[in-house]
Amino acid sequence: MTEPAITQELIEAHGLKPDEYERLLEIMGREPTFTELGIFSAMWNEHCSYKSSKKWLRTLPTDGPQVICGPGENAGIVDIGDGQAVVFKMESHNHPSYIEPYQGAATGVGGILRDVFTMGARPIAAMNALSFGEKDHPKTRQLVHGVVEGIGGYGNCFGVPTIGGETRFHAAYNGNCLVNAFAAGLVDADKIYYSEASGVGMPVVYLGAKTGRDGVGGATMASAEFDDTIEEKRPTVQVGDPFTEKRLMEATLELMATGAVISIQDMGAAGLTCSAVEMGDKGGLGVQLRLDDVPQREENMTAYEMMLSESQERMLMVLHPEKEAAARAVFEKWDLDFAIVGETIAEDRFVIIHGNEVKADVPLSKLSSEAPEYDRPWVPTEPATELEPVPEVDAIDALKILLGSPNYCSRSWIYQQYDHMVMADTVVAPGLGAGVVRVHGTEKALAFTSDVTPRYVRANPEEGGKQAVAEAYRNLCAVGAKPLATTDNLNFGNPEKPEIMGQFVGAIKGIGAACSALDMPIVSGNVSLYNETDGQGILPTPTIGAVGLLTSLDELIAGTARDGHLALLVGETEGHLGQSALLYEVFNREDGDAPHVDLTAERRNGEFIRENREWINACTDLSDGGLALAAVEMAIAGEVGVTLDAADTATLFGEDQGRYLIACSFDKAEALMVAAGRAGVTIQTVGKFTGDTVRIGGSDAPLDELRTIWAEAFAGHFA
Amino acid sequence: MRAAVLVFPGSNCDRDLAVAFQRAGFDTHMVWHKDTELPERLDVVGVPGGFSYGDYLRCGAIAAQSPIMRAVAGFAARGGHVLGICNGFQVLCETRLLPGVLMRNAGLKFTCKMQALTVETTDSPFTSAYKPGQEIVIPVAHHDGNYQIDADGLARLQGEDRIAFAYEGNPNGSVAHIAGVLSENRRVLGLMPHPERVVDEAHGGTDGAPLFASLAEALVSA
Repeated sequence: MTEPAITQELIEAHGLKPDEYERLLEIMGREPTFTELGIFSAMWNEHCSYKSSKKWLRTLPTDGPQVICGPGENAGIVDIGDGQAVVFKMESHNHPSYIEPYQGAATGVGGILRDVFTMGARPIAAMNALSFGEKDHPKTRQLVHGVVEGIGGYGNCFGVPTIGGETRFHAAYNGNCLVNAFAAGLVDADKIYYSEASGVGMPVVYLGAKTGRDGVGGATMASAEFDDTIEEKRPTVQVGDPFTEKRLMEATLELMATGAVISIQDMGAAGLTCSAVEMGDKGGLGVQLRLDDVPQREENMTAYEMMLSESQERMLMVLHPEKEAAARAVFEKWDLDFAIVGETIAEDRFVIIHGNEVKADVPLSKLSSEAPEYDRPWVPTEPATELEPVPEVDAIDALKILLGSPNYCSRSWIYQQYDHMVMADTVVAPGLGAGVVRVHGTEKALAFTSDVTPRYVRANPEEGGKQAVAEAYRNLCAVGAKPLATTDNLNFGNPEKPEIMGQFVGAIKGIGAACSALDMPIVSGNVSLYNETDGQGILPTPTIGAVGLLTSLDELIAGTARDGHLALLVGETEGHLGQSALLYEVFNREDGDAPHVDLTAERRNGEFIRENREWINACTDLSDGGLALAAVEMAIAGEVGVTLDAADTATLFGEDQGRYLIACSFDKAEALMVAAGRAGVTIQTVGKFTGDTVRIGGSDAPLDELRTIWAEAFAGHFA
Repeated sequence: MRAAVLVFPGSNCDRDLAVAFQRAGFDTHMVWHKDTELPERLDVVGVPGGFSYGDYLRCGAIAAQSPIMRAVAGFAARGGHVLGICNGFQVLCETRLLPGVLMRNAGLKFTCKMQALTVETTDSPFTSAYKPGQEIVIPVAHHDGNYQIDADGLARLQGEDRIAFAYEGNPNGSVAHIAGVLSENRRVLGLMPHPERVVDEAHGGTDGAPLFASLAEALVSA
């Protein structure tokens, strides 16, 4: 089949800028073939090359004694003691999910699970962070249903518990929803697999499902803004098959146990191209592929299509040749394809042969080492506007609005569609704060959380970036876990706009500062830019996924408030209402600055919680909605009323950082007070859990009424 | 006591079920779906939850045709004990070891939550350690748990005291709130809820443990 001629139009359609094409010509020393153009476009798009973000990502703290593997591999790896490690990453599937919500979200889950088991780890927990447009926008309901069903459909069948996440609604996501999928797996620290190939003439093996035309050009699509031609992009969305993924995972783990694997890489964005280049490049080797040997499920596929296909549930491996028979037997057992499709070569070349023709011959290392990198111009975000005066509210009326809002009502409609108990190690189910799973067969447990407050990040990218990390830190501490490390999923608008780039730079600075101060290095992550439709960007949304360790289940704080417990507030309250949930939900306002994050206080208060867990029955961090919302959520969880002493709006709904609400008996409260005095931590009694009524600031409501509003709102808005 | 747990491609509660059997004192063997024979001197076969063969045709339908299920049918016919949970229940209905069918949940959504049940009969090797009418909490996690059977079949199940567990409320639209049923000889149990997920304190409940304890007790005294 003859390939199309390279025209200006074709180059533009591949997303290559004129200077990037010049660079390509310099590397090649000639005009590229159509397949080569496709390969360069796949490797050099924003999604794969991180060309706009690399400069800033390098500034993030990625090291620590707990880190086994930082960014650059499929996922990050952190030591959890006893020769075990946790492997985790978060990745976006935003653009595909907006175009085709079920499959977009499902394959997002599939991709992140593959990243984890490619490294030799069995996935043990998943989360997802979702951002949708406002509830009355015509697309929102369909997206909510499709995305949630897609996540459930994939994760439930695969058999990983989905134990947490977050969901928000804001008009800024009307044209671009965000679907950020997190997965974590467990591996023995001496049985980790990496992507670095070694040895010349080693067979390159294709594993898993067959290749079709689905997803051709997906990574390029994910690196462009949307406009009204979006419906035409539907064929670039991949289709997931969790049943095949489950078999691929079992087969891959069995394969690794045979000792056959030299290096392995999953086929994600730009499938065969990215995976082969990655393994060759890391190992300082070239790769030759024979596409006629690639298992195909469609006829007459071209080299271009096969190299860019994003068909799901596929892996590429470099094999110890003497173990071929054993390796093949594993894949035959699981009824999956196993095909030798090429070999490693000594020369620095990426050679693609199809139908006895060389379709591409590219200097392999140049695809990554010479990838464009930009120092995009940026302007610092304007200081936030002064907060206009906030009227005093009736606390109960305000709570009813918050509890009934799409942003703060119960998420059970979502997480009941996810199997959150499969693997029978779930200790803390989704609901409030972090989810916790036991490390199978041990007394240890891992806690997982995902956090960001995009309103804060827009008002003040640096403080907002810090706050996302700080909130994750608090959520882990609140269940008694020691925070270990983080993964970041940085969702922003068009980086070619200096003000968007300014948001990105600011957020990275804040995230970096917080990760350093709280000793939670970034070990993996993903950047999603161009989240804009018709020039309208999303709220800057750097989602932070974080993992904490409990060395024994005895360290777990997972009790509930009981009748007679005191409500104790840890941390300083100033009553910061700028960018608060109260402002947004009750007054439809988004003014003022983000709350300031005192990282020293965050650390001190978090350590105080962990060190005094024996005195704490129930604990939650304070975030959106402040003291009032946290107290009512704790009351609902404990099925007991609550009375708060404070009456003023700023104290009740202010979103000052570094705070926790604790429920415990009078005797334990005394012990906590003494411990707090010694540790220099501010603690005060702010009320009491009692009866079946919520009493705040002179008004009250039956707990049942508030619980009903909270429990039924989500289905009311979206079902 | 020896238990076998079947492993189909797409099973994902096989390990969980094996762990629950082991906790109850069973020597447990995993058995691959392509095998044609069960281990010797076996006391019970567990058919686990999950998505056997992706549940692509109809839940449990392809698994019912697998080589190992012929061996399980023979084992049951000889009076062997069989426990099918969730997808395993669907497989047992598809193989006609149990009557009835499991259809899509009435609400059309996958549902995972803690679920209150009542123990409808204690006259079985799976339920003897519960109290008659006892209320227990065991999680459900399924998309197709809506148990249906014709009126005659239902009357027979009721008349023969073969409804093992019933839902309080009805999470999926099952006829007569049925959550689990017994075979005629009472040695085959299928249920949608997951007792293997509530067998130790860390699970936040232990209401599944008596099911495995009942079985161990019945098999020891048999």
